[in-house]
Amino acid sequence: MPSTLEAPSPVEQDYRWTLNFGPQHPATHTTLRLVLQIEGERVVDAKPDIGYLHSGFEKIGEHLNYNQYVTVTDRMNYISPLANNIAWHHAVETLLGIKVTPRCKYIRTILAELARISDHLLCDGAMALDTGAFTAFLYAFNQREALYDVFETLCGARFTTSYTRTGGLMYDATPLFVEQVRQFVKSFPAVHAEMCRLLNRNRIFVERTKGIGFLSKEDAINRSATGPIARASGVTRDLRKDEPYLAYADFDFNVICSTGGDCFHRYLVRMDEMVESLKIVAQAIENLPSGPVNVPMAERTILPDKDRVYDTIEGLITHFEVVMTNRGFQTPREECYAAIEAPNGELGFYLVGDGSEIAYRARCRPPSFIHFALFPDLIKGHTVSDIVAVLGSLNIIAAELDR
Amino acid sequence: MDSPSTLDQLKQRFGERAWSYSENPQSPQSNRRIVVPAEQVFSYLEFLKEECGFDLLVDVTCVDYLYYRGAKDRFGLVYCLANTTTSERLIVRCFLNEPDLTVNSAVPLWEGANWLEREVFDMFGIVFDGHPDLRKILMPEEFDAHPLRKDYPLRGRGERHNFQRITRAEG
Repeated sequence: MPSTLEAPSPVEQDYRWTLNFGPQHPATHTTLRLVLQIEGERVVDAKPDIGYLHSGFEKIGEHLNYNQYVTVTDRMNYISPLANNIAWHHAVETLLGIKVTPRCKYIRTILAELARISDHLLCDGAMALDTGAFTAFLYAFNQREALYDVFETLCGARFTTSYTRTGGLMYDATPLFVEQVRQFVKSFPAVHAEMCRLLNRNRIFVERTKGIGFLSKEDAINRSATGPIARASGVTRDLRKDEPYLAYADFDFNVICSTGGDCFHRYLVRMDEMVESLKIVAQAIENLPSGPVNVPMAERTILPDKDRVYDTIEGLITHFEVVMTNRGFQTPREECYAAIEAPNGELGFYLVGDGSEIAYRARCRPPSFIHFALFPDLIKGHTVSDIVAVLGSLNIIAAELDR
Repeated sequence: MDSPSTLDQLKQRFGERAWSYSENPQSPQSNRRIVVPAEQVFSYLEFLKEECGFDLLVDVTCVDYLYYRGAKDRFGLVYCLANTTTSERLIVRCFLNEPDLTVNSAVPLWEGANWLEREVFDMFGIVFDGHPDLRKILMPEEFDAHPLRKDYPLRGRGERHNFQRITRAEG
């Protein structure tokens, strides 16, 4: 990258120097690189250099079918893989015009909110860790562990869940899952309050984050910011309220906004969003509808139960139709964009269907990619030690950044 | 929803013949599309931003229609716009063909278009005229192909295997 590594002109050389940050650095948490121009302790200019983790996810999307590609979405924002699974199949179902069953909607809503809590826990925890408050990070990680147990009960995997299917879910929720979610709803508020007590008025934490990395409302919109970062700058946009998808229209919850726009307020917005998410989970788990979790077998997008495969001829035929590579299911020759409010912001997929069950184009709109573009402006004029606070508050996940 | 009014405004400004409107029947709310001429895409975007309130550029991407049955044009650019007050959405499409793969950059309107257009340039080779910093973003400097084009093979053209190795002695 010649333009970033240019030698400084002789006049500047005396006091300005270039510092390389990353791609392997404990405070970047993931693989990203910054080339900083520094004057003493102050950052004059920052040039992000990304692509170290580029693995061609969108190209792979053109070669895997709609159900297979969900395994790749796990690896995008691996802090909350369930949200990516849900976003992917939300887009696929929009393309195919499939309406999922009420039970499926509720389970997906619960999982999307649990994923949001786990994502925010890690983001706020890691931000506290980087700014010198180690204890809060451990509290957060402990709760993530509880959530991983819930996911494990549901789909057998803790991390790479791949839980959704076109028109349904891999497995139905069990009573044990319901019990575990209830337990989490009961136990989480105490830990959340403890985290708030550790950080909200912690003088070191507040002084390292307040007034750092300010983003105005106009800039947030102009630079395509979404999610908690935009909401911390006063943009009242939340897809869960604005274009209710899944079952969000049924629940009572608030959109958390702030006008502060700095790292501290991004932290606060995430903390309060967790409370709202918990409210949604509590309402959804108590009103979980019964009935089938997958769309009817006639849709032919999902493998039927083993009982039906062995006992009925229709089930056997459907099983073969779905499994055989030259059959699969029909998709319209259409294009669509569909997005959900992922923990990090608007996570959307632009799909082009060409009639087969493999996407012709599977574009992902990654919030981390758009938010990392904000970074040079947020850090300008602050000190080197503020880099970790700003990075932490943006929640950059390199796997989603580079895809 | 003031969807008719946006279309009416567009009709008043650009006439009825210059652009066409369609929507995805499965989700008409969020998938309303207009197809505009490629050389005028900037003035459409400017009009939509300044006059119709589409203040958020959600996404810029591209589709290569090389092997798409019945497609007339090679590349289709996609601009996803949203209105943050009414949460209305609109997708602006324009089509490009070789050899002229140039379109005006949207960076003067939205700073957020900067990296999105760089990615399209990197992946498809579409040149954005007036972009302040049009460099590759995800692929390495020395990589000279556009990997998301349909004529680029999934497993690459051997770039990975021919990658230059530096030994510890040389380094």
